[in-house]
Amino acid sequence: MFSELDAFLSILTFTPAIGAVIIAVFRFASRPEDQGLIDKNSRVVALGATLVTLLFAGLMLLEFDPAVSGFQFVHEVVWLEQIGMGYRMGVDGISVLFVVLTAFLMPICILASGAIEKRVADYMIAFLLLETLILGVFTALDLVVFYVFFEGGLIPMFLIIGVWGGQNRVYAAFKFFLYTLLGSVLMLVAMIYMFLQAGTTDITVLLDTAFTPQAQTWLWLAFFASFAVKMPMWPVHTWLPDAHVQAPTAGSVILAGVLLKMGGYGFLRFSLPMFPDASAYFAPMVFVLSLIAIIYTSLVAFRQTDIKKLIAYSSVAHMGFVTLGLFSMNMLGVQGAIFQMISHGFISSALFLCVGVIYDRMHTREIAFYGGVVHKMPVYAAIFGLFAMANVGLPGTSGFIGEIMTMIGGYQVAWWVGAGAAVGIILSAVYMLTVYRDVVFGEITNPKLNTLTDLNRTEWIIFVPLIIMTLLLGVSSTLVTDITAASVEALISNYDAALAAPAQ
Amino acid sequence: MAVLIVFGPLFAAAFAGLFGNFIGHRVAQIVTTGFVVVSALLSIVNFFDVAYGGNSQTIHLATWMSVGTFDVSWAIKLDTLSSVMLVVVTSVASLVHIYSWGYMANDPHRSRFFAYLSLFTFAMLALVTADNFLQLFFGWEGVGLASYLLIGFWYKKKSANDAAIKAFVTNRVGDFGFAIGIMALFLVFGSVSFNDVFAQVGDHTATTLAFAGMDIPAIELIAILLFVGAMGKSAQFFLHVWLPDAMEGPTPVSALIHAATMVTAGVFLVCRCFPIFELAPNASAFITVIGALTAFFAATVGLAQNDIKRVIAYSTCSQLGYMFFAAGLGLYGAAMFHLFTHAFFKALLFLGSGSVIHGLHDEQDMRKMGGLYKMMPATWIMMLIGTIALTGVGLPFAALGLGVLPDLGFAGFFSKDAIIEGAYMAGQQGIAFGNLAFWVGVIAALLTSFYSWRLIFMTFNGTFRGDKHTFDHAHDPPWSMMGALVVLAIGAIFAGGLMKNDFIGGNSAHFWNESLPGAVHGPAVAGGDADSHGEVVAHGEPAAHEQPDNGHAAADEGEAHATGEHPPVWVILAPFVVTLIGFLAAIYAYLINVGMGARIAARGGPIHSLLYNKWYVDEIYHFIFVRGAKGLGDVFWKFFDVRIIDGFGPNGVAGMTFAAAKRIAKAQSGYVYHYAFVMLIGVLGLTLWILAGAGGQ
Repeated sequence: MFSELDAFLSILTFTPAIGAVIIAVFRFASRPEDQGLIDKNSRVVALGATLVTLLFAGLMLLEFDPAVSGFQFVHEVVWLEQIGMGYRMGVDGISVLFVVLTAFLMPICILASGAIEKRVADYMIAFLLLETLILGVFTALDLVVFYVFFEGGLIPMFLIIGVWGGQNRVYAAFKFFLYTLLGSVLMLVAMIYMFLQAGTTDITVLLDTAFTPQAQTWLWLAFFASFAVKMPMWPVHTWLPDAHVQAPTAGSVILAGVLLKMGGYGFLRFSLPMFPDASAYFAPMVFVLSLIAIIYTSLVAFRQTDIKKLIAYSSVAHMGFVTLGLFSMNMLGVQGAIFQMISHGFISSALFLCVGVIYDRMHTREIAFYGGVVHKMPVYAAIFGLFAMANVGLPGTSGFIGEIMTMIGGYQVAWWVGAGAAVGIILSAVYMLTVYRDVVFGEITNPKLNTLTDLNRTEWIIFVPLIIMTLLLGVSSTLVTDITAASVEALISNYDAALAAPAQ
Repeated sequence: MAVLIVFGPLFAAAFAGLFGNFIGHRVAQIVTTGFVVVSALLSIVNFFDVAYGGNSQTIHLATWMSVGTFDVSWAIKLDTLSSVMLVVVTSVASLVHIYSWGYMANDPHRSRFFAYLSLFTFAMLALVTADNFLQLFFGWEGVGLASYLLIGFWYKKKSANDAAIKAFVTNRVGDFGFAIGIMALFLVFGSVSFNDVFAQVGDHTATTLAFAGMDIPAIELIAILLFVGAMGKSAQFFLHVWLPDAMEGPTPVSALIHAATMVTAGVFLVCRCFPIFELAPNASAFITVIGALTAFFAATVGLAQNDIKRVIAYSTCSQLGYMFFAAGLGLYGAAMFHLFTHAFFKALLFLGSGSVIHGLHDEQDMRKMGGLYKMMPATWIMMLIGTIALTGVGLPFAALGLGVLPDLGFAGFFSKDAIIEGAYMAGQQGIAFGNLAFWVGVIAALLTSFYSWRLIFMTFNGTFRGDKHTFDHAHDPPWSMMGALVVLAIGAIFAGGLMKNDFIGGNSAHFWNESLPGAVHGPAVAGGDADSHGEVVAHGEPAAHEQPDNGHAAADEGEAHATGEHPPVWVILAPFVVTLIGFLAAIYAYLINVGMGARIAARGGPIHSLLYNKWYVDEIYHFIFVRGAKGLGDVFWKFFDVRIIDGFGPNGVAGMTFAAAKRIAKAQSGYVYHYAFVMLIGVLGLTLWILAGAGGQ
């Protein structure tokens, strides 16, 4: 029934923005002495808006027809007819789950922001705008609209890090800015060229446009510059640990949970289907970079003394599986990569929340500060343990499915792709179990830890959905792969057909 | 029924784990033990149904993964092989649960302990009932998780935490091989289900795979990779280092996981995949060598250890070596037979040593024991039974041709002698490394006898060497622990004699019902029938196993006799003789010439040092891998990330623009405006370009 409603996706996308407007109106219309009340109510409004968005996302998933490989819920308003530019929205099997993931994580972020005390209303506005912009990235079907959402989404993220971040937030925000700038400038140039070639900014048309192999190479590299930074891939990954360390907990959750996936989504939406020849040409390079990411950053993670930095580096390693799977371009690899992104959305979010729980209590992320936490926080220890194991890729958790599928997919391409990635399953155990031991186990030697208290009710509410998703997807992966199957199949068969066709 | 067998323990684990704090320890213990005992009883029923009733079946439960042609189910495969494992796992698990009521009675975290035990049981059951490689891998890693949790159960102890990580990571090294093996399997066979793979395996003998710059026969490569997984889980040489350290866990855990069940998963894997290994002679030879090496290495190290549990741990390692070289030689039935009997007597020995440790208030050093037979007579008898079974004491009447009398002996006698004699026969038939395996088997049996009796004599005989207070309070364990010991002792005595005919004797083809090649090798041949003789010759040609043809087999029988089908008398007697020599040597060193062992240790010659320090494997690994990983991590991080990437990238740029940036904006959100400005320019530029482009057309 909702699929009948043209603007359904737009309503979904802009619901959080409406929440932001409501908060903003009260925030700026009220007297300064009412700020406390506004701050308090802004949390409620933000939670409400994100929950309504989640409800819409759930309804969309119910209505979504997994048998269709093309776009659904399409909504189109043409702005400039003569040049084919317009406001176009739609989702297919590739994007629909990212929309749901975003909507799922946002209420958790709002709930996890209890420790924010400074300019709460502004913070909520930033988060709600961020959600709209991220949802827009995954639903936009027009180059211009996509570009606005894709780049615009980073503004609230900068604010969240720069205003509510830690002590070194300026350096982190600056680094983030430099990297992203490089990528976005090149992507912009590429988009302009694409428009000139195709005469439209309609992504659905561009998907069917064949670019010459030579043009593909340059276009691919330009998009790669942007998406590789987002993933992030080695060697453009160094902004991520700093950004995570400085970001507030909820910022880290959304950064790791969703923002990184914009890079993987970009590869799926642009690089692979639009530039197949170039993708095939560059695939070996991507494999090498992915393997370096997996092995190198795992070893770096092992040596970290800051828990958040460790998990950030671990994210880079896990994204290595994604790029590896995507460019293997077979069903297992691509499906596994999408699964890995969804699964990582839950697991890394949960791990950053785990860090947040003890950070809120002790205000430090130094591993050496902790030790013996289990004696004071047994429930927390169990939950952290579960997600540590999920991060290690234990079968039965969702972490395993993505890794094994991408590895098998990679092995079909070349033995060293699969075998190299498998090194990651050793190293992830090394760093994750070590940090878990150092934080959770042992005797309490730091007397400050004696004041620790176990999870409160809000924290319970935050973790339970993540636990359920991690285990549920771990034992029943078809919940995800059945939804993505048709679109991925079409993607791969078009890709193979394009490669088989004689070069123009 | 099958669902209850497998998932009952999972339910119990979840119940005890989630609600342990609310329901109290007692309820948690009752629930977990209850479900595991029910599971054990049903497993026995199932065993008769499948092994003797011939009702093999696979129950499909749900789809786990399905992508394109990649299809993985949750299933319960019940054939004789898995039914045997079900009985071993659930019965030892039940007894260990019961034993733990007494052993863990004063531990404040009992319900967590029982939850972990039941979780382990579930994972092990999922492993053995898998019908595809990935579910097996699920169970494989699941038991690894449970092992990690239980080794580190006393998480206050740093040594326990370190041992837990070492176990998990070493197993992961094995799993690295296993995972690549699964990837290669899917590439070659397009499936990961046992039935599909085994049905096609004969078609791929000529297929080769590129690997590490070489073209390797696919079957050999897959077999080696799978075996690397088995090496990790079953603590075979190179990947054995975690098992002795795993003794940091509570003793019931050592009995269940690190003796009877989990560590035998590797043997199970090789037996389950026999169609692959049968067609991989080089991989099988590799297994034989590693197995033999482990059997010898671990037995030598066992000679010089003083921690009672570590001696038994090395013994386990060594016995697993026996199982592997048997499997490598194609003696799958004998390997499974030894796995089966070993579960009883090794669990008995571990739980017996647990009783000693319990009675002495957590003393594990044998140098501080002695003379305990007076204070703990029942435990002493149990340990004696376990030792006799382990060393394989028995009288091979029938095999010697004294037809009137049957073979008499404890469980280990039947299974270990079957392996040693089978190895001899394999050597005679020219199977690679058969002779080596035979001689190693004999020598390791000598060492086994010596270290086992050394353990008994140091613990129970002579005079007590600890403090008097401890000795006076030494006592036999409570009924729950004793009961478990008695049941295991019965198994340790009778399991061999009762099951021999089914596992490796005349009934084996019917018993295994194609879940193993009903091949009968070695000593059992003496009493075997015509079918089995044929199988020996047919080793390496699985097609022959599927249709045992009497005429063909009978023809082979003559041939087989000509090549010396019966092992000569000296071969049959060899294990018996060396066991006796080991026993007498131990008597001399520890009862007659008391203190000889201590004097050798004190003198600390190079051989003793080598053995006492476990051949320095741990030290070498620490140097190469632990320090290597830390060093590489530091170089990548502090040099590449910080100096090179950041140094030339953002920080370099930052250095140039820092002054400018400082002027433009105050710290808080200056860059945002920066960024927004650039983006706005970008959007404007894009729009202008488009408009200009449109205008031009």
